Amino acid sequence: MKILILGAGQVGSTVAESLVSEANDITVVDTDSEKLRQLQDRLDLRTLTGNAAHPSILEQAGIVDTDILLAVTQSDEVNMVACKLAASLYNTPTRIARIRSTDYLERQEVFSADNFCVDFSICPEQILTEYIVKLIEFPEALQVLEFAGGRVSLVAVRAFEGGPLVGRPLRFLRADMPQIDTRVAAIFRQDRSINMSGDTVVEAGDEVFFIAATEHIRAVMQELRRMDKPTKRVMIIGGGNIGRRLAKTLERSYQVKLIEHNKKACANLAAELTNTLVLNGDGTDEQLLQQENVGEIDVFCSLTNDDENNIMSALLAKQGGARKVIALINRSAYVSLVQGGKIDIALSPAQVTIGSLLAYVRQGDVAAVHSLRRGAAEALELVVHGDRVSSKVVGRRIDEIDSPKGATIGAILRGGRVIIAHHETVVEAEDHIIVFVNDKRMVRKVERLFQVNLGFF
Amino acid sequence: MPRALTVIHALGLMLVVFSVAYLMPVVASLVYDDGTLIDFLLAMIWTAGTGLLLWLLTRRYKGELSIRHGYLLVVAMWTAMPAVATLPLLLVVDGLSFTDAYFETMSGITTTGATVLSGLDGLPPAINLWRHELNWLGGMGIIVLAVAVLPLLGVGGRQLFKAETPGPMKDSALAPRITETARNLWLVYTGITLACIASLKLAGMNWLDAICHAFAAMGLGGFSTHDASVGYFNSPVIEAVLIVFMLIAAMNFATHFLAWRAKNLKLYLRDVEGLATVAVTLASCVGIGTFLWWQGTYPGFWTSLRHASFNLVSIATDCGFVSQDFNQWPIFAPMWMLFLSCVVASSGSTGGGIKMVRTIILFKQAGRELVKLLHPAAVNPMKIGGHVIANNIVFAVLGFIFLYFMSVATLTFMLLISGLDFISAFSAVIACINNAGPGLGVVGPASNFGVLSDFQTWVCTLAMLIGRLEIFTVLILFTPHFWRR
Repeated sequence: MKILILGAGQVGSTVAESLVSEANDITVVDTDSEKLRQLQDRLDLRTLTGNAAHPSILEQAGIVDTDILLAVTQSDEVNMVACKLAASLYNTPTRIARIRSTDYLERQEVFSADNFCVDFSICPEQILTEYIVKLIEFPEALQVLEFAGGRVSLVAVRAFEGGPLVGRPLRFLRADMPQIDTRVAAIFRQDRSINMSGDTVVEAGDEVFFIAATEHIRAVMQELRRMDKPTKRVMIIGGGNIGRRLAKTLERSYQVKLIEHNKKACANLAAELTNTLVLNGDGTDEQLLQQENVGEIDVFCSLTNDDENNIMSALLAKQGGARKVIALINRSAYVSLVQGGKIDIALSPAQVTIGSLLAYVRQGDVAAVHSLRRGAAEALELVVHGDRVSSKVVGRRIDEIDSPKGATIGAILRGGRVIIAHHETVVEAEDHIIVFVNDKRMVRKVERLFQVNLGFF
Repeated sequence: MPRALTVIHALGLMLVVFSVAYLMPVVASLVYDDGTLIDFLLAMIWTAGTGLLLWLLTRRYKGELSIRHGYLLVVAMWTAMPAVATLPLLLVVDGLSFTDAYFETMSGITTTGATVLSGLDGLPPAINLWRHELNWLGGMGIIVLAVAVLPLLGVGGRQLFKAETPGPMKDSALAPRITETARNLWLVYTGITLACIASLKLAGMNWLDAICHAFAAMGLGGFSTHDASVGYFNSPVIEAVLIVFMLIAAMNFATHFLAWRAKNLKLYLRDVEGLATVAVTLASCVGIGTFLWWQGTYPGFWTSLRHASFNLVSIATDCGFVSQDFNQWPIFAPMWMLFLSCVVASSGSTGGGIKMVRTIILFKQAGRELVKLLHPAAVNPMKIGGHVIANNIVFAVLGFIFLYFMSVATLTFMLLISGLDFISAFSAVIACINNAGPGLGVVGPASNFGVLSDFQTWVCTLAMLIGRLEIFTVLILFTPHFWRR
């Protein structure tokens, strides 16, 4: 596929990286030639320097035969204008824009075909915020990903001594909780996926991925570890786009303290937030953390623009006694370095948000994509079409489907009902199927498996 | 000096405009044929003549008013108007001294509602109507009216408007032009007044009483056509109607206008100050009603609640109607009422006192200081209804409160020196500076301010003026900076 990416910032370059590896023709446009040069050194793609909203630049970038336009520059307005131009002048089939401002997002008609012609708008900050909110709601989980509009969740949790299932084979899960249906999608031990069967014994320290209806998450987690007290106090470092949104979402249900070093930004934050205590200071100032009782904090989120600061303040908070610390880290090298050490969760914004973009780019009918384990694994929500003849899955039992190695069908959504997949479950047309793929290289094969044969059309 | 003449030029024009106000009592004296027609016509001609003369003599100095001369004009206007308004009173009422007449008209136009006159029931209808009309005009503000009908004041208009409207934040953006804003406010004010007149007529008053009491209620003035005030009617329905309209008048008229324009009552929920005004008043009604019942002042709970509600709402909103001699109630009740009269009325209403929004700001400021002690790094701006209040407004409010209490203390001492007892002196000053009306002791609801000596009367007159113009506007004229070029 020919894909044109406008903007070589965090989002743009991560998407480019992810898509290049899937054999697409990528062109990236940005005003900063230095950024583009770095990108081109690393990846096999074309770059172009210039204003992404100018028709001449778009033409040079080959917009005429582009399949998908991804407008992800810093500016909402540039993104919207680019989408409009692509639709009106060049008939680009799919146009996706990154839109941050809630002012635009609240008025969806702005994006309609009569106006700015944005097919899909994504807001990375919002996705990231929702992701962190889930982690605060379920402080025991490493990752909580939602499918099917929130009815089904895929949860990653580390097994600890004290969970009833730890030290016992997986098949006891059913016996322990007869009324709750769940499926373990994968177990990672020392960062490697292990082959599972009903006799696999869960060990302390394993990273267990399971799929369950959202209301059952807590019960399943109880099997794997002792539960913490529910979160009450949250401290946020950094009042940028993400910190501000997070505080705004959380302030009604939790006690929120927000530390921001810019005085002017503090004043704006304090004006906007009603129930949050806004503090002016540095997140790495241990005196300030001490003074604000960091030891009593349940979840500590370090969300500034600066990776090093985020790591340091998260470490300080952990040492000061905060129960769970989360650090936002942009550089992927740091993420694997830090995760699992003193910092409980290292968040890579690119990895969290890229899934929402990938869903539009993927072949086949993909409703949602979530990137897992720093991009190494993936979970997809696919919609199956066709019949027993044209499709390789419809009308077959789960154990009859020839799924690639490392791909696990976790759950099926049928007409609003959640069915946890077992061997004997039969797939029907129009089902939403949630597939866990523990190796990203297998994603293509999974997509192909679920695609309808040409005979269908 | 030429600058001061510019002020006199504008003042002359305003007096001419003010003379139009005599039309209402002129019509009344024609209708009731009470023999005061000639007096009112004389007063009208004299006022218009003086104004015209001043205007013509100074027409060479016509020009834009600067900020400082705006203040001068407002104060000049608010001292000159009651002076010329005394003319009909002096002509009609026998044996009335200028001091008492000036107190009466000042009390009318500042919407205080304290009176020195006895035998109100026997006064000619036109005189009573004149007193109430002053209440009504003073409620929304005579200069706001002038700005509304005369675009003459140009840029200075906004300054005058600010100098006269009560409240710490005066940039109510009802319309892009100040003339339009003023006109809208008067439109709403007049509309609600007409509704009040109709309601009072339906509740059983005659036309004259209905018009007079509606004027007094909407202006939160509190004059009555009867010595026994509203107690004369002894009607729970009339009291209920008046309670409703007094509460309406104690809210910001900008809110009324916005709600009326949007045809949406939900806008009232956004007016935090108005909600606080109503909530505090109604809660106090129930509290004081229960207190009086518990103390056995009145036989039944409902009687206690009725009398407590009417008198409390009337004093708290700075109106000043009375239906019972609350001087006889256990001291807690009238003291609480006087306290409420200091704080309850909203800014932009026709009531007086410190204003609810300043009270809220003070409370929040106290809360901020406490948070600051616990969290020295906290950034904690003051917010009311989701809007940030800038620190300079907070300081202005603190300054205002200081001046307010200093004024109360100074004026009380002046009355004490003159030999008045403490309760009477203190309550008279509070009642006058808040433009509430009756005080306690010798100036209580059963008697009136006629018992005061001339000196005491002038002190109370001064208190009413600085209370109505919210202290700063008057005191600014007494600072050396004002007169320095």
